Amino acid sequence: MKATGLRAYAIGYLIFLYAPIVLLPIFAFNDSKIIAFPLSGFTTHWFAEMWSDSQLFNALKNSMIISGTTAIIATTLGIFAARASTRFSFPAKGGLLGMIMLPLVLPEMIVAMSLLVVLLAIGVKLSFLTVILGHVLICTPFAVAILSSAFQSLDKSLEEAAYDLGETPISTFRLIILPLVMPGIISSLLICFTISLDEFIIAYFLSGADTVLSAYIYGQFRFPARVPAMLALGTILVLVSIILLSIAEYFRRRGIAKTGGKDTGGFL
Amino acid sequence: MAKANQSGLGRSEAASGLLLISPTAIYAVLLLAAPLATVVMFSLLTGGRGQITWDFSLQNYIDVWTGPVYRAIMLRSLIVAFGVTLVTVVIAYPIAYFVSFHVEPSKKSIWLFLITIPFWTSYLIRVFLWKVILGYNGVVNSGLLSIGVIDEPLQWINYNVGALIVTLAHAYAPFAILPIFVSLEKIDRSLLEAGQDLGESRLRTFWRVTLPLSMAGVIAAVLIVFIPTIGDYVTPDLIGGGKLPMIANMMEVQMLKVNNKPLGSAIAVSAMFIVAIIAVGFVLLNRRFIGGQK
Repeated sequence: MKATGLRAYAIGYLIFLYAPIVLLPIFAFNDSKIIAFPLSGFTTHWFAEMWSDSQLFNALKNSMIISGTTAIIATTLGIFAARASTRFSFPAKGGLLGMIMLPLVLPEMIVAMSLLVVLLAIGVKLSFLTVILGHVLICTPFAVAILSSAFQSLDKSLEEAAYDLGETPISTFRLIILPLVMPGIISSLLICFTISLDEFIIAYFLSGADTVLSAYIYGQFRFPARVPAMLALGTILVLVSIILLSIAEYFRRRGIAKTGGKDTGGFL
Repeated sequence: MAKANQSGLGRSEAASGLLLISPTAIYAVLLLAAPLATVVMFSLLTGGRGQITWDFSLQNYIDVWTGPVYRAIMLRSLIVAFGVTLVTVVIAYPIAYFVSFHVEPSKKSIWLFLITIPFWTSYLIRVFLWKVILGYNGVVNSGLLSIGVIDEPLQWINYNVGALIVTLAHAYAPFAILPIFVSLEKIDRSLLEAGQDLGESRLRTFWRVTLPLSMAGVIAAVLIVFIPTIGDYVTPDLIGGGKLPMIANMMEVQMLKVNNKPLGSAIAVSAMFIVAIIAVGFVLLNRRFIGGQK
């Protein structure tokens, strides 16, 4: 395997990966309702149209509430599970952790439908609250994975030193452990927020009468005239998620540096 | 004082662990295990016209596994999922190999970051972009028409299983790279040197040492791509134009539009069953593959 050939292949692959995303800004600024070549001039009309869409802002507000709440709850649940699994051994550990991580390997449609069936059967009214219930379920495994690596790299002797110096388990957690895993927590919050914001199936089936951003975008795709404005929105969303992920990556690396670990790269 | 703390911890290690994990575990039991159990129970009841009657039978499963429409849709889901998995893993392996073996350690994380970014940007918009790219009046067709390569829009690139596979392969590409990369990173580099010192060519070293040792990562990649693709809802709807439904679309129709929840539940359980069988199959295959190399 020649390195130069592989490098060319890798660059070609990155182009394939990014090509559709590059089209977003091109057609978001293109002065035509039809998404096709040749391009017909520069316009910011689609951004203006998007900006004056009050329904979109309502959907965005709901999504922000959903994603923010989901990130906080999932990260909190993640802290419990990650701390328990890295620090203690207890019966049924594998089974319990397996169940918590199960949403990672279940098609999302099955998670959404089984929740929907139960919520309808017990008469819960669908709203953005039910979306939060579902999103916490699918975000928790990511939080557990990120936080487990943060807790794993903790040196146990630091904790023991704190006990020896007279700290209680709770004050040790607050003074020693929490600051050391803080980068992991921030990274988990950001990742959960991004996943929840992006998630479609649960948001679409469990939101009831409330509009959620991803379900709103999906609905708008049915109207060809609305597509350019959605591409403008997509351009902004892509920028925002790149910024959020860069911040998450920064904190993840800082966390690794702080606990003296070696960077093995990647979120997953 | 230290002793007081230790007795303050009091409970045994097992109890502390269970207590600590309980909030997360209870959440998973209430919102995942219980709903899944409900779906299994529903699948054994009789339904129709929005009503559910408490007659236990296997009729729903007989309908799902013998009905020609259901079978065709399940077969299509399997073909698409296998196609996507094959394409994704085969094109991902050289990338993982390149990043693991030919990129300087300090630059590895930036490569991985570049590879994972597209995965985190709106899934819905990425799928829709492929519709825009491959559509009848789409970017590829209009681009080729305007520079005169073709006279009529190409039809074989849109609304077919191939278009579904391309779209999904793009969507799940990073999923395949990461587990393969991790397994390649774990390989002890001195084994490769040993292989070459003993007179093997580079290609044969790859074939007999690197590939078998990275097989666990390949299997993980296969499962991590296969499972979400077989249950994909958006791509058949947007790219297939609703004419190429897969299992998830069929589930939606039965659960909500026809409102036959028992039949919909039987489809869901069957899908989980298929996924589980195939997952176990791949894991066993991996065991044999590694066993055969010894």
